[in-house]
Amino acid sequence: MFRSGSIQSHLTLRDKIFSLDLTLTICIFLIGIVSFFAMYSTDGGQFAYHTKSHIIRFIIFFTLFFLISFIKTSFWYSSATIFYLGVLFLLILVKYVGLTSSGSQRWLDLYFLNLQPSELMKIGLILFLAKYYHKISSGDVNKFRYLAQPLLALLFPVILVITQPDLGTSFLIAVGGVIVVWLAGVKMKFFAYLGGLFLLSAPVAISFLKPYQKSRILTFLDPSRDPLGAGYQITQSKIAIGSGGLFGKGFLDGSQSYLDYLPEKHTDFIFTLFSEEFGFFGSMVILLIYILITWRIINIGHSLRTSFGRLYCYSFATAFFIYVAVNMGMVLGLIPIVGAPLPIMSYGGSSMMAIMIGLGIVMSCKIHKDQSLG
Amino acid sequence: MISDSGGGSKIRLIGRRMFILTAAKAVVVFGVVGRLISLQINESKKYKTLSDKNRFREWKFAPPRGVIKDYFDEEIASNEKVFQLHLIPENAENLSALIFRLKNILKMSDKAVSKIQKKIKSQKPWDPVIISDNLTWAEFSRINLFLHELQGVEPIISVARVYREQSSSHVIGYVSKISKRDLQQKNYLANMKAAGMRVGKTGLENKLDSEIIGDVGHKRYEVNAFGKRIKEVSIDQGKNGKSYKTTLDLELQNLSANLLKDKAGAICVMDIYRGDIITMVSSPTFDPNKFVHGINTKDWKELINHRDKPLVNKAISGLYPPGSTIKGLVAISALENDVVNTKMVQQCSGSIELYGEKFHCWKKKGHGFVDMRKAIKESCDVYFYEVARRLGIDRLSETARAYGLGDTMVKGFFEEKTGVVPNTKWKKQRIGKSWYLGETLHSGIGQGYWQTTPMQLCLMTARIANGGYDVEPRIVLGEKSKFSIFAEKKKNPKSLKEFFDTDVSNEFDDTTIDLGYKPLFKNQENINFVKDAFFGATNEPGGTSYGSRLSKKEFMFAGKTGTSQVRRITEKQRELEIKNEDLPYEQRDHALFVAFAPYNEPQYSISVVVEHGGSGSKSAAPIAKKVIKKLLERHPLRQQIHDNYKGEDV
Repeated sequence: MFRSGSIQSHLTLRDKIFSLDLTLTICIFLIGIVSFFAMYSTDGGQFAYHTKSHIIRFIIFFTLFFLISFIKTSFWYSSATIFYLGVLFLLILVKYVGLTSSGSQRWLDLYFLNLQPSELMKIGLILFLAKYYHKISSGDVNKFRYLAQPLLALLFPVILVITQPDLGTSFLIAVGGVIVVWLAGVKMKFFAYLGGLFLLSAPVAISFLKPYQKSRILTFLDPSRDPLGAGYQITQSKIAIGSGGLFGKGFLDGSQSYLDYLPEKHTDFIFTLFSEEFGFFGSMVILLIYILITWRIINIGHSLRTSFGRLYCYSFATAFFIYVAVNMGMVLGLIPIVGAPLPIMSYGGSSMMAIMIGLGIVMSCKIHKDQSLG
Repeated sequence: MISDSGGGSKIRLIGRRMFILTAAKAVVVFGVVGRLISLQINESKKYKTLSDKNRFREWKFAPPRGVIKDYFDEEIASNEKVFQLHLIPENAENLSALIFRLKNILKMSDKAVSKIQKKIKSQKPWDPVIISDNLTWAEFSRINLFLHELQGVEPIISVARVYREQSSSHVIGYVSKISKRDLQQKNYLANMKAAGMRVGKTGLENKLDSEIIGDVGHKRYEVNAFGKRIKEVSIDQGKNGKSYKTTLDLELQNLSANLLKDKAGAICVMDIYRGDIITMVSSPTFDPNKFVHGINTKDWKELINHRDKPLVNKAISGLYPPGSTIKGLVAISALENDVVNTKMVQQCSGSIELYGEKFHCWKKKGHGFVDMRKAIKESCDVYFYEVARRLGIDRLSETARAYGLGDTMVKGFFEEKTGVVPNTKWKKQRIGKSWYLGETLHSGIGQGYWQTTPMQLCLMTARIANGGYDVEPRIVLGEKSKFSIFAEKKKNPKSLKEFFDTDVSNEFDDTTIDLGYKPLFKNQENINFVKDAFFGATNEPGGTSYGSRLSKKEFMFAGKTGTSQVRRITEKQRELEIKNEDLPYEQRDHALFVAFAPYNEPQYSISVVVEHGGSGSKSAAPIAKKVIKKLLERHPLRQQIHDNYKGEDV
């Protein structure tokens, strides 16, 4: 049942610093450094707005990562519901006072930054569900009563984000949620039911899709359908990556991005730029760091004794990996363009904040693994 | 205290399911790495090319064509500055508004506008479209006035072909836009597609096209995704086309064209030793400048439907029976084959009956008793019926071919016709019938199946006048020819005439053959006899061209008239004595004249054909006389230039 023998009641700051996971911390830092260079390149080899802003954000949120990891896991456990409800409130708030940009209402103007609550919801949902399944017994998991609440907790934010509209983020939120539910032991048949329901409702959903979203999906199926329109991004991204070759065109020499052929090179297509300039080997290095991060988080999860910790770490690791995979798959032309940033690398405060909070909680679990959640 | 409900079994379940997720992750990693390998390693080359295509845009521009000059460095085909208006569609803010504005400023027709719009659609948005390639100064300045409102439009000063004289339209040819057929036939045009590019269509412009066209220049820019030029990557000015000097004499061209004004016909003049074509004029002529910027339909129809076919180069494509101009050749053939000798006498009573057919002499009363010299001088038909009868058509055709008839002789002119030298085999093959002896008689006076071009007749005369050597025509200086071979081997072109004047029939050996020229005779006396008979025809009373003689000794020339029938004269018409000028134009005889000059020291041969001009002595010989006079007056000048050449460019 519940072990109390090895629980340490108090950790000094020194203890906490020493119990930081070194590999994970270094990997995050490395991705940060790489992202500075990539951002510098997107600014055309100048120390300009995006680079400066990205570095400042990284410093702030990297610090935030340490702060969060030094706070007891029990604090994060007990505030999970409030965190979730708070972000949900912000999502509702976005509907009314949100900023609209390129036809999508996603941001809250907080004066010092434009917050995108949907990014925070990625973490919020995982945190909420991890706590939920920590509480209920494994026998109750598949009872209908206990299925309804997670389903509602998942659908509510997802629908809010879809209607912003932001297909990519809502998908990533949903994936995170589903992973927790699945890891918690919900039977396969319920997923099958949900999947069937989804397929049945797909035609209805498609009718709600904006024309540009439909065209993105159709264009993914056949990029040459509209090479200068929606297929343009995929085509140009593939050209950039492919032309990078084994060793890349060299730092600041990525002609595709330098000459503006690459769309959204600061954000979703940052990997494309990096891959064009540093080639296959550079790409492999980035991929390896992300795999290392994922592996470390799973490892940390493995060392934890609480269901909450394990559920959270496993789910976050998987979600993190999926963010990376979706972004790379997208720029490599393997899946449709859905608008998913590459964790830490992509320009964007909310995304980086969410990832750093998520990583911070993982680290907190590691540091405080011998403390109870109570 | 919140319990971790479920405990160990729950954690085990989570672990199991996590294992499945990890396995799925591995699959995804393989997918991503595989894709990276495929894009960056396997297909890298393809994407590198695509990336470069993205980066670079090339603008090609046409180089100025080489200039074609005459022997005296007068430019016959040259280039002039033209004002053009280019439009780069992607630079225009509002393309249709811009085109509407241009339409008003330049007063363009709806048809021209729709043509431009079609062109815009057919090419890349950064490729310039030529709105007009030949603006007047007024239009050009008006455009410049409004230029600030016309974004996307570029006024350009370029060069275009210009032909200052129309006398040489046929021999020089003309240039026009590249057609699909040009692309198929001229491989070098594959990389020559540039705005304003012109290609040679006929004449020398066509013959010399691959060299005279030059190399296309280009500007290559790196551009960004919006087509904005970031920097110039490379510029290649191209290469101006090679200029050519020809053997032509523009002044004689002009004179000849003038003499043929309002007539249809051709004049050819040739250097009998070097083969240099000094004049090649066809009439009526046309304005080649109209083709440079695209000829309009009205002008085109006018040219095509004209009775006298102005576009045809009659000097090399006009086919005429040689008429009596062939008689010198018939005589040579008969003498060389020992069929007759010069002393043979024949009585001419105006006609002769043979094989049940009546053959007429042009002189109804007859010439009385004639020997060969008189027969050539007075052009007695009956005498040559008899010579031809004894000689036979096959031996005659052999001699005719040797002297340059029945084949193309001017290299590189696709429009040149071969003509017809009839013989028994030819008739069997082409008409499928056997040869009649009567046809031999008609052939003996240059009627019947004969088809010759004025150039061939000029060459035939040259080969007789130079003592019987196979000189070949040439028109471009520096081009390899019999003469250039001779000049190179002999190192002293001036001795050329000496070489020709020597009767080498007995001592001809391999070394002289090596010099390029080959004698066409067995006995040069036979050639000299015909030359002397030609002299008589022009300079002795009773000769057919006596009226057109030049009496000044250094201008004296020797020639043979010819009148070739374009119809059969019926017995009835003969009795009625219908005069040629009373016949409808199309039925009148062609007038021909061939000659060489000066008689004492022959240097040039000439042929004149006037279509439906009546008789050779009345229409053709007087024209030849004027050309010969000018030709001989300009001879010292030409000789001087020639003497200045030191072996090169001869």
